[in-house]
Amino acid sequence: MLLSMTDIDKSFSGVTVLTQASLQVARGEVMALVGQNGAGKSTMIKILTGAYRRDRGRIEWDGRAVDFHAPAEAQGAGIAPIYQELNLAPHRTVAENIFMMREPKRFGFVDRRRMREDAKQVLRRFRLDIDVDRPIEDFGAATRQMVAIARGVSQNAKLVIMDEPTSSLDEREVTVLFDTIRTLKSDGVSTIFVSHRLSELYAICDRVTIMRDGRTVHAGPMREISRIELVRQMLGRELTAFTAEGRTRGRSDNAPMFLEAENLQAGTRVRGVSLSVRRGEIAGLAGLLGAGRTETARLIFAADAKDGGQVCVNGQARNYAEPADAIADGIGFVSEDRKVEGIIPEMSVRENLTLAILPRLKKAGIVDRAEQGKIVDRYIKALNVKCASPEQPIRELSGGNQQKVLLARWLATSPNLLIVDEPTRGIDVGAKAEILKLLRGLADEGLSVLMISSELEELIAAADHVTVLSDGRSVVDLPAEELNEASLMTAMAHQEEPGSEAGRAA
Amino acid sequence: MTTIGTTTPQPAAPARDRAAGRAAALRFLSRYGTLIVFALLVLFNILFTPNFLEWRTLLLNLTQVSTVVIVAMGMTLVIATGGIDLSVGSIMAIAGALAPLIFLDSIYPIESQGLAIALAFVVPLIVAGCFGWFNGFLITRFNIQPIVATLVLFIAGRGIAQTFTNSQLQTFNEPTFQFIGKGAVFGIPTQVLVMAVVVAATVFLVRSTALGRQILAVGGNEKAARLSGINAARVKRLVYVVSGVLAGLSGLIVVAINNASDAARVGSLMELDAIAAVAVGGTLLSGGRANVLGTVLGAFVLQLVRTTLLANGVPDAAALVVKAGLIIAAVWLQGRAERTA
Amino acid sequence: MALTASSSQPGLLKMFAPRSNLALARLGVVLALVALVVFGALRYEGFVSAFNILSFLKYNSMFALIALGMAFVIMTGGIDLSVGATAALASVAAALLSHYGAVAGILGGLGAGLAVGLVNGVVITGLRVQPFIATLATMLAASGSALLLAGNQSVSISTDNAFMAIGLNNFLGLPIPAWIALVAYVLGWLALERLPVGRRILAIGDGEATAKLMGLKVERTLLGVYLFSGLMAGTAGMVLAASNFAGQPTEGVGWELIAIASVVVGGTLLTGGVGSVGATLAGALLLGLVFTVINFENGKGWISLSSSWQPVIRGLFLLAVVILQAKLAGTRRAG
Repeated sequence: MLLSMTDIDKSFSGVTVLTQASLQVARGEVMALVGQNGAGKSTMIKILTGAYRRDRGRIEWDGRAVDFHAPAEAQGAGIAPIYQELNLAPHRTVAENIFMMREPKRFGFVDRRRMREDAKQVLRRFRLDIDVDRPIEDFGAATRQMVAIARGVSQNAKLVIMDEPTSSLDEREVTVLFDTIRTLKSDGVSTIFVSHRLSELYAICDRVTIMRDGRTVHAGPMREISRIELVRQMLGRELTAFTAEGRTRGRSDNAPMFLEAENLQAGTRVRGVSLSVRRGEIAGLAGLLGAGRTETARLIFAADAKDGGQVCVNGQARNYAEPADAIADGIGFVSEDRKVEGIIPEMSVRENLTLAILPRLKKAGIVDRAEQGKIVDRYIKALNVKCASPEQPIRELSGGNQQKVLLARWLATSPNLLIVDEPTRGIDVGAKAEILKLLRGLADEGLSVLMISSELEELIAAADHVTVLSDGRSVVDLPAEELNEASLMTAMAHQEEPGSEAGRAA
Repeated sequence: MTTIGTTTPQPAAPARDRAAGRAAALRFLSRYGTLIVFALLVLFNILFTPNFLEWRTLLLNLTQVSTVVIVAMGMTLVIATGGIDLSVGSIMAIAGALAPLIFLDSIYPIESQGLAIALAFVVPLIVAGCFGWFNGFLITRFNIQPIVATLVLFIAGRGIAQTFTNSQLQTFNEPTFQFIGKGAVFGIPTQVLVMAVVVAATVFLVRSTALGRQILAVGGNEKAARLSGINAARVKRLVYVVSGVLAGLSGLIVVAINNASDAARVGSLMELDAIAAVAVGGTLLSGGRANVLGTVLGAFVLQLVRTTLLANGVPDAAALVVKAGLIIAAVWLQGRAERTA
Repeated sequence: MALTASSSQPGLLKMFAPRSNLALARLGVVLALVALVVFGALRYEGFVSAFNILSFLKYNSMFALIALGMAFVIMTGGIDLSVGATAALASVAAALLSHYGAVAGILGGLGAGLAVGLVNGVVITGLRVQPFIATLATMLAASGSALLLAGNQSVSISTDNAFMAIGLNNFLGLPIPAWIALVAYVLGWLALERLPVGRRILAIGDGEATAKLMGLKVERTLLGVYLFSGLMAGTAGMVLAASNFAGQPTEGVGWELIAIASVVVGGTLLTGGVGSVGATLAGALLLGLVFTVINFENGKGWISLSSSWQPVIRGLFLLAVVILQAKLAGTRRAG
């Protein structure tokens, strides 16, 4: 074993993130590390690379017990993490990036010729023939990644960690990256490969470690585990034909269509998504991480520009330029990342709640504080938001209460369609149930809801039908009567083989 | 998507109480530090500066600080959106150069002197607003950093003012126009009243209007603001217009006080005084907050430091060094409080 | 997203093609400088006279020095607003100490610059105050110190030693300040392009987090950069005192922004990570040349552009360059 992490515990200010987690990597092995958001993969990697300290547990590296205090120590020992964006200095040349901090020198000056030759030689190992004097930002994501790998390897790395390396690559680039990984393997360098694209895991990895809720739930050879079993282990569900009991609802086919999206496309993340939401129903949007769910929602809301496809609202083709246009059409969007895209941290609950209805609240530019107060009080009561007072800064609220305020922000606009992205992420069980009940109630009153969720249980309990995305494409639209964990997982596990045309038609 | 961040290693758990106590102390100091310094300065002056409590001294101090405060109000709004405006001094010079040109009939003879004076107020303010809009346009249209975008006018603006006046000092004696800098209402100098109105209006803008909330939202989290339907570009352009107009107003007051318009000197270094007032007043330079009254307090503190030292025989130059120390201390405290929170 | 972005280009084309849009912009600045010189030489008598060239070089060497220090600061993504006031302080220090000998005068100027640079570096890296605010404060402090030291008036330099010669004499046909600037630029170029530290300075500007991950000692490098900027401002102040035969506590107002403009015109990105010593020199000279050309144009008597047009034209230059850079950055992102 090159690396053996055992019984790793870690908690942040009382919240347990890892419990007796483990990870073993053999020399020259490609290890898949998979798990849902919050499963503990990132924390595990950060502990390994010295960014975090573990609370308990043992790390053996190359046969020795180690305790890395800083990223530099781990790198010095031969662990090369390939970060998504942080690895390279974009304006510096390829050669400079590879040799930063250990430039070949002559009389104290950088020996540029040798640096160039050495860089070329390092890259030749990966069959990469590029102008090493060009700034790294001139090259595509795949090349950048390979240069980052080359930098690590030229520092005698024994383990390369790749976190979702293929998320921004096209198929040809993925092939090149896989060749690189095979080259590493033949040189005895190990790889930890984090990805959510199942087909890729099967294509390149030797073994897989599955994490769930901060524990390692499975470790074994890649080809001994079926896709469906892999998904099952990730999500932690027993396969049953369970469907929500006493569901009286179902897709009411006579309700008018509110939103229809046809063949949406944008970049490498969304490659053809079609979905529809009727008036008064909750439509689910499911898929593994990286399947393109959030990206699809952002296209509909005009938060990002689409490359192709059509959005129809109320039967009319709409082409929004700005979120403000979508809002004017009665669409609201509760984003997944509350911190980055939701709350204005310094502002009060009152102001955060009424941000989207400012145009309606103002009279001659002045905010009608009485009306504002009424609305705020009503929603705080209706959604049971727990805050000291409406004037409390929103950053001081718990995640669940922040989420309620953001929901209220959109409900206050009296929307026709509410897009909710992971509405129950990071909030406690009680609040979860409350929010789902609330959405159901609103739908019964005529609101259309498009709900993105990673939790099958939630989708089955709340949605009237679920569109499943896989690798940027909508693969199936499951009606209520076919909605169960097995059907969802089968659809989510559906993935085209790299290079095959099979999944494209779906 | 999982990304491996680069968070620094977590500190060990023990001594949490002590850290919490220190954080609370830091928060207290960063919030009330300026007020404490202000109180100490006032106390010191009452004890040691002759005539400090006299009405005249108070008014003198207020008159001297009013132009900075007016400009600093615009600067507070600009900084609240996460920007900065280096061009305020130059815009002051432009407005200050235009006004006398108009009422001295240098551009176009105007029959009615009353109309000329009215225009001498309105036209410079409109021009100042246009220059402010230009700053905002560069920033929002081309995505140029505010510091570079406003540097253009900082450099060119004073030259523009000088070309208006052919680099000549314009002297004048026009009591009606100069009422804004030399007149008084009920014994209170006009510019102090103007300052009070501008401060009140800014407080009102931030506290009560939709625009005020949009400014704070854009500065606090531009992505979230945009997703909530706020037109961030429009909001930004607007605050630069406001900053320009207020700078213009301040320029008019300065030339009215001086009986003269010297395009080379009007508003010189004003951008620094205004930014210093904002920083000492507790508005973070990173945006999202607008402590309007804090800015006023900051300007008062910087003014009091100067007069206190002057009154006690310390040269003006030493006041600059003290100012420097105050600015660094204030911003350092805010930063520390922010990081430990 | 080509894997081999350049290999498709024919070799010859590759040799001449600028490596990036910014390099293209930099080339443009150099071409504009050459064009303006040619224009002046053809149009005005005496434009290429020894007197004109020497006085131009002597005067602009101060701005060139300050711009060089500023360029390094900006490459790290920082800013140094204190350079103008530092130059004033250094001129006073140099003038006062010149009475104890030429060496004392020189060291006084450089020392004053280094002292301000040290304060900047410590406040920025130690107290973690943003460069903008930190150097704004030291600007006030340096300006105040200069006035205090000088007693609010200019301080004459010693006339009985070699200190004066710095401002008066030529060496091998060039004014000594021009030599000083030249040496500074050569050293600056070597440091940026040929020494490891240059790559590190640029890497910090590209992103401090990345630089840290690569094992860089970010704080130490930043401290060095602000020290260097202070040193350059101190040198400029020393030159100022020697050329005007006096320390000038009130000089230097607005120099920092002229320096920033020179650096930006020279194609250095204000966001950091990209920069060129040569183009910074071209930028500084270009902005200075605008002034000279206006003077000559006025001498012709055809049109009369007052000196107040100088800042306007400088501003327009800056505007053009900044918009061009923004557009180039935009096309890069889109492409």
